[in-house]
Amino acid sequence: MSAIPVNAYLLLALVLFCIGLFGALTKKNTVIVLISIELMLNAVNINLVAFSKYGINPGITGQIFSLFTITVAAAEAAVGLAILIALYRNRSTVQIDEMNTMKH
Amino acid sequence: MSGELFAFLVLALLAILGGILMLNLTKVIHMLLSLVLTFLAIAGLYVMLSAEFVAIAQVLIYSGAVTIIMIFGIMLTRHNDEQKTRGNLTRNIIVGAGIVLFFFTMYFSINQVSFGDQATSLHVENTKQIGVELYSKYVIPFELMSVVLLVALVGAIILAKRDDEEEAEHK
Repeated sequence: MSAIPVNAYLLLALVLFCIGLFGALTKKNTVIVLISIELMLNAVNINLVAFSKYGINPGITGQIFSLFTITVAAAEAAVGLAILIALYRNRSTVQIDEMNTMKH
Repeated sequence: MSGELFAFLVLALLAILGGILMLNLTKVIHMLLSLVLTFLAIAGLYVMLSAEFVAIAQVLIYSGAVTIIMIFGIMLTRHNDEQKTRGNLTRNIIVGAGIVLFFFTMYFSINQVSFGDQATSLHVENTKQIGVELYSKYVIPFELMSVVLLVALVGAIILAKRDDEEEAEHK
């Protein structure tokens, strides 16, 4: 029945996490940094759902945890975007390496 | 090659392709739209892992709401922003080396992992199982999550609101 081992899902999640980490650390635009963080959270969700099917104690709990993660990620995206717009109004830049002071 | 394996390979390739495109495209809006491909492929993987409700939530929230809100963020700021240069090359190399090190560390640790049996009853009335668990075992985290969403909503409005006193000073 189980044609795909759990390693395959974990490896895919690891690759996506590494792509998201590279994007978050090297990209200049703040929106892209925020969406890279979302990609890393998505990779974690893949792990949770894979463990809920193939883990040592399989059950529905992993899926519920991933729903909570999705909710927190959506809230984080909204607050991050509000901070970005407030910064753009004060500093008129979206480049993350120009946002280096807390007061203007 | 079984159909399940074929579907997994196609979805995994699409997910990684979206991520690679995100790293290599130059226009910001194209980077964002290539990540929609990744999010949809991940939703397909959730269906394969018998998590239908999470897959629908993924399509609605990530490839719908989060992408639209990020597009709003781009359109309200620098809407035709491009990443012209490759950035700081030495920093990219250092970050890349660190991430490759991290990748191989994690790879060697997950390579040998294997658990015995798998859950067989997850796909039977998946949404009903999630609902019963949410309202019985996880009811307090569920209610706390509503508080988190309310705080995020109010906080986002207050942060993005134009400051009245500051506005008066500028005029």
